[in-house]
Amino acid sequence: MAIVGYLIRRLLTGLIVVWLVATAAFFLFFARPVITVAHQLAGRAATPQVINEVIANLGLNQPIMTQYWHFLNNLIHGNLGYSYFSGESVDTMLKQDLPPTISLVIGATLLWLIVGLGVGVISATRARSLFDRVSTFGVLVGLSMPAFVIGELLIGFVFQPLYSHGFHFFNTGYSGITSGVGPFFGHMILPWITLATIQAAVYTRLSRGQLLETLGEDYIRTARAKGLSERRVVFRHAVRAALTPVVSQLGVDLGQLLGGVVVVEAVFGLGGIGQVSVEAVDQDNLPVIIGFVIIAALFVVLANIVVDLVYAALDPRVRIT
Amino acid sequence: MSITEVEFEAHGAEEAQLAAGPVEGRSQWQLTWRRLRRDWVSMIALTVIVIMIVLAIAAPAIAALTGHAVDTAYPVTGENEVGNPVGPGVNGFLLGTDSTGRDLLVRIFYGARISLFVGIVTTAIASVLGVSIGLIAGYFGGIVDAILARFTDAVLAFPYVVLALAIAVVFGPSLTIIMVLITFFSWAGIARIVRGQTLSIKEKEYIEAARSLGAGPFRIMFVDILPNLIAPVLVVATLYIPNAVVFESTLSYLGLGIQPPTPSWGNMLADAQNFYQVAWWYLVFPAAALLITTLAFNLLGDGIRDALDPRTERLVAARRMRKAQRQRRKAKRGSAGSAGSAAPGAGSLAAGAGQ
Repeated sequence: MAIVGYLIRRLLTGLIVVWLVATAAFFLFFARPVITVAHQLAGRAATPQVINEVIANLGLNQPIMTQYWHFLNNLIHGNLGYSYFSGESVDTMLKQDLPPTISLVIGATLLWLIVGLGVGVISATRARSLFDRVSTFGVLVGLSMPAFVIGELLIGFVFQPLYSHGFHFFNTGYSGITSGVGPFFGHMILPWITLATIQAAVYTRLSRGQLLETLGEDYIRTARAKGLSERRVVFRHAVRAALTPVVSQLGVDLGQLLGGVVVVEAVFGLGGIGQVSVEAVDQDNLPVIIGFVIIAALFVVLANIVVDLVYAALDPRVRIT
Repeated sequence: MSITEVEFEAHGAEEAQLAAGPVEGRSQWQLTWRRLRRDWVSMIALTVIVIMIVLAIAAPAIAALTGHAVDTAYPVTGENEVGNPVGPGVNGFLLGTDSTGRDLLVRIFYGARISLFVGIVTTAIASVLGVSIGLIAGYFGGIVDAILARFTDAVLAFPYVVLALAIAVVFGPSLTIIMVLITFFSWAGIARIVRGQTLSIKEKEYIEAARSLGAGPFRIMFVDILPNLIAPVLVVATLYIPNAVVFESTLSYLGLGIQPPTPSWGNMLADAQNFYQVAWWYLVFPAAALLITTLAFNLLGDGIRDALDPRTERLVAARRMRKAQRQRRKAKRGSAGSAGSAAPGAGSLAAGAGQ
């Protein structure tokens, strides 16, 4: 079974990548003097004694390799350490905040792929039509807008006026799907649109360009000459071939998506792991941020494996070896 | 229209050209510039960019003209009775004031200084880095290429906002840190394109000729290959400037970039978020400034790419031909085959060929 061996090898290299990221993140702890951390925790008027105590409590006075070993050992057991402030386990903090993040990522990805590829395909099949021109300009606007600006404009000019006129469907904050499907969508639609807009712009442009190029190929002319319907030519023959570069782009973009997640969560106050990490920055709460960095690396690695499998499924020329 | 008619018109165009004197040879850049100048969208974008840069440089002069300093709050004139910002045009604040009664117009132009400075400088550094790394990876190939290409891919896939969070905690947010961060995440895309181009160019005969004349690898890379890369790099660089501007504003928005009271579009918008119910202008004007700037760079980048692409020329020519045809048909229908009817078509074709 070639695919099992392939998966094992990919997972192993993925683990090495995560280990490298974790190690780099770990040494970030030491880019800052230990004393600053302790000062912050112990308060301004702390005596040297208290500061030493804090350092000992955090285990920051041990030799670096001991700490590193400790860190790796914890990591293997799925323990990301403890918040400097609340003493809460970073695992539980991030786990609690995972649902909004996952809802945001899945919903926005679906929306962006449907809109991005859909508009791209329509634009390419009707190149230079009015629709194509409008969508090309829309793509440029989407590319030029930071996610937080779209989010703020949606809040300021959609959510706010509707809300003050008694239309309470759209809302900020997060409401779990368990507390009702309606409120869940009301809370998620604006964040989904925000996150999807930016990415959809990239994918519209990419899929349009690819499809236009594919439609100029000889085998498309052959398909037309066979007397296939235009729809069959476009969807069965052209789109499939045009999509493969789009899928490989997806692997690169999933990492960037996490950046968008951080921003969108902050704008809408969704309270996912991105927002928690931004708040951790304000408190200098390094363990939480490093936990987030490691989770992000893990996500990127796993997502890339999935993307490569999809790529191989779409393009028969690519062999998994 | 019959084939002979086309031939006749093409002939006419040639004659018109001969009458105008011999055609001078044009360099690729002259041709590109000509094509770009015909594209009114790109020209508007270029004008907007130039105006933005001039306004950013002249920000202190604008501040002096309005009489409002950039970081000074005007609680008496700049805030209403309940302490909220005043709207555009009130008390001499052309675009209104912000949350502490500072002049929004002045702050937006000071913000433009940061955004444009960060955008242009980081892109310039990233281009130099990306071109060097891409050239080395593409030219030497083998293990050097394998390592550099892997590294490039890793940088491209890494969630940069996430890393920015960690860096901001460790080193504290500052202009230098965000510029280093943006540069670090910008070179990879340029390196990838340069590498791909280098891979194909290095197989060309003239490179072999250079090598057989005894040129060293660095001479070949930077003297023989590099000039052929300037066009694609120019396009990518123009498209990376708006990216860098967006990146800076995002970091500043999250509180990881430019720190208040120094104005940046990102941190202004972060503050505006708390006032959108009472001061729409505080949200709309910085957002508009940001959008206009990034859109102008994106439009210009697209325009340059089209202008550099010889295929576009044919598209434009085809469009012109169709237009001329339509005009001719209309003229024919209008004046039923009178002698002057072919003139507008032939004239526009000749103009097209002459350009």
